[in-house]
Amino acid sequence: MSLTLIQVPAVAASGGGGGSFETPTTAEFWQPLITFGGNENFAITRSSIVVLATAAVIGWFFVTTSGRLSLVPSRRQYYAEQAYDFVRNTIGRDVIGAKDFKPFVPLLLTLFSLILLNNVAGIIPFVQFPSSSRIAFPLVLTLIVYVVYNVTALKRKHGLIGYLKSLVPPGIPPGINILVFVIELATYFIIRPLTLALRLFGNMLAGHMLLLVFFLGAEYLLFTSPGLGMKGAGVVAFAGGVLMTFFELLIEVLQAFIFTMLAAVYIADAVSEHH
Amino acid sequence: MTGNITLLGYGLAAIGPGIGIGLIWAAVISGSARQPEAKGMLQTTAFIGTALTEALAILGLVFYLIA
Repeated sequence: MSLTLIQVPAVAASGGGGGSFETPTTAEFWQPLITFGGNENFAITRSSIVVLATAAVIGWFFVTTSGRLSLVPSRRQYYAEQAYDFVRNTIGRDVIGAKDFKPFVPLLLTLFSLILLNNVAGIIPFVQFPSSSRIAFPLVLTLIVYVVYNVTALKRKHGLIGYLKSLVPPGIPPGINILVFVIELATYFIIRPLTLALRLFGNMLAGHMLLLVFFLGAEYLLFTSPGLGMKGAGVVAFAGGVLMTFFELLIEVLQAFIFTMLAAVYIADAVSEHH
Repeated sequence: MTGNITLLGYGLAAIGPGIGIGLIWAAVISGSARQPEAKGMLQTTAFIGTALTEALAILGLVFYLIA
């Protein structure tokens, strides 16, 4: 059961006292490692270590792989090409359009690989912390996407007036016109960035909490609670947790895909001539 | 029995997106049964639709957590 112990040292330590089961809360996601002075709100946390490590891994992987490209690809070049091809063609070209997609491919590839690795960090043994379950991570990525699609739209639609005009599709009768404008304004500037950040954050947080409940519950049933029936239930809970880990992998890949896909959709909206 | 009543709110907020996502994928299944070659395009659109629908449930979860 060292798996669980690594996952949440704090809970495992406090839960081992033989008391009642303590359900995991959102407090498990705040794990400061190095604090500065007496300030409790500013620290190098487990998630910041994971973000730095994944950024280093991605940088190392793509830089060393693209440094020596050969006509007959090595295994690593093959994987890099697959990832690049997927983001460039399936997400970039198909969504943004063959005319305008090229300048945005680096951004999309960075977003996809960074989010993917930070999500999957939630189930990599000994790391086991999805750094995207801290709101700061999706928030900053969303901020980048927000600036990119708004600046692109301002450039493409000839300034602020053109951008605001393009929010309302032509052919809508006056009166309803204003209503549509207000809704579209809220969609573009509030709802889109909000949901983009919260979707990734919420999915990762909920998924990690689910795994915590399964594994901590299994540990409690197996080691703390009396009775053979409870131990049987613990085995079932552990098996369920393993199953949920695979389910979690699916969600993590899907969320990385969806975040990048929606970023591409918003950029596509910005570069399109009409609404 | 103790607990937080806002969790019920999240349960209610998850009903709509649940139905919505079901409708989206039902349409994708019947669409790709009729026209198998359009499967990839349908799925891409469906993922975007799922993401937009799911946002409501995610908002509910976040509001539950901050309430």
